[in-house]
Amino acid sequence: MKRLFPILALLTAVLLIYGLYQALVVAPTERTMGDVQRIFYYHVPSAWTAFCLFFTNLLASLVYLVWKNSKADALAVASAEVGVIFCTIVLVTGPIWARPVWGIWWTWDVRLTTTLVLWLIYVSYLVLRRFSDSAQTPVLAAVLAIFGALDVPLVYFSIWFFRTQHPQPVIGGGGSLDPRMLHAFLINLLAFSCFGAMVCWARYRLERLHREVEEAQALESLLGAPQ
Amino acid sequence: MSSPWSITLATLTKDIRLEWRSKDALNSMLFFSLLVVIIFSFSFDPNAEESREIAGGLIWVAFLFAAVVALNQTWARELRNQVLDAYRVSPAPPNSLFLAKALGNFVFVIILECVMTPLFVVFYNLRVLGPAWQLIPVGLLGTWALVVNGTFFAAVSLRTRSREIMLPLLLFPISIPAVQSMVEATRIILAGDGNARFWIVLLLTYDVVFTTASLALFGTILHAE
Repeated sequence: MKRLFPILALLTAVLLIYGLYQALVVAPTERTMGDVQRIFYYHVPSAWTAFCLFFTNLLASLVYLVWKNSKADALAVASAEVGVIFCTIVLVTGPIWARPVWGIWWTWDVRLTTTLVLWLIYVSYLVLRRFSDSAQTPVLAAVLAIFGALDVPLVYFSIWFFRTQHPQPVIGGGGSLDPRMLHAFLINLLAFSCFGAMVCWARYRLERLHREVEEAQALESLLGAPQ
Repeated sequence: MSSPWSITLATLTKDIRLEWRSKDALNSMLFFSLLVVIIFSFSFDPNAEESREIAGGLIWVAFLFAAVVALNQTWARELRNQVLDAYRVSPAPPNSLFLAKALGNFVFVIILECVMTPLFVVFYNLRVLGPAWQLIPVGLLGTWALVVNGTFFAAVSLRTRSREIMLPLLLFPISIPAVQSMVEATRIILAGDGNARFWIVLLLTYDVVFTTASLALFGTILHAE
């Protein structure tokens, strides 16, 4: 498995460079929005990666609660941290695009609000992990992840209803998509998925290593204190 | 061996008796929400039309903040004299304990609301334009939504450093849909525009989902070692 990591890293680098070229040079400029539309090639793949990572976190948390597998917990830590980073990219690039196109930085739209609440839940997840350093931390964190997953559909429905009563600017333009735009978008989607997986994997290995060192140190202090 | 309900009842009466004698949580909640109401009233100074629009938000934010005061004391009280450890080794089902604690907090927050709502009406010159009886289900469901998750997350934050700060950090993000439903339902009823039924159903859904989740996972939290 470990030999696969450099291959994934190389693949990610190639895809990101190719994706950048596709997004900035090859893809045509959008007629009404102009160049600012190119942020889509990063905004949407980041969102996709963040949601995949949060989903991984939920699965890892469930696995941990059922089987108490410490690898699952390490994966939960890694996916939550990297997911928050990607979600932050989404929340930052969104307003940069929205300001020139919608004329406002932020609106309480379904997707925006759900993403923000998801981000808040996972920040509180990381805070919980940071503030609790006992052996029960993984259980508490896994339970919080499940509560968060139950919360997200309710947030979605509440905002959806709220906004159908109070109309808001429509997201994006419909119409046909230039195939070069679609190509650039798909390349970046793939590149960001690989990028997310790679960073998450590196963080997972770091977490496992960190725990091994801690265990070794604990064992050493137990054995190395002859009295 | 006594039934789960009698254990719930015993713990609940114990908590209420303790609170009745000390009145710690109730007094601090009441004074805290009174302060919030007065400070809000100073900072906004609304006319009758505006206060109908904002009162729903203000009143629920005041209750949410005040409820955290009571919720923080729920489990901390059981740490003294190792009561919680004794509970852990006893054969009593964890959910009886959880229900007793949640019901106890529910009673305290309902008392708080019964005292504070008239004050709110006075300070903001409120006159309800919609069907006022609907405020009762909104109040009951909304309070349970805050309290059931609050009691659960108070148990979660019990094992963390600086737990008094941890509780709101965990509770508030999860409570966003519940708070939005309460605020919107209250606003609609106060201003009398539209129908609050959707929000009441959403609150009910929230209550059912999170009561089930709390009951399913509380044992795991209590016995996490």
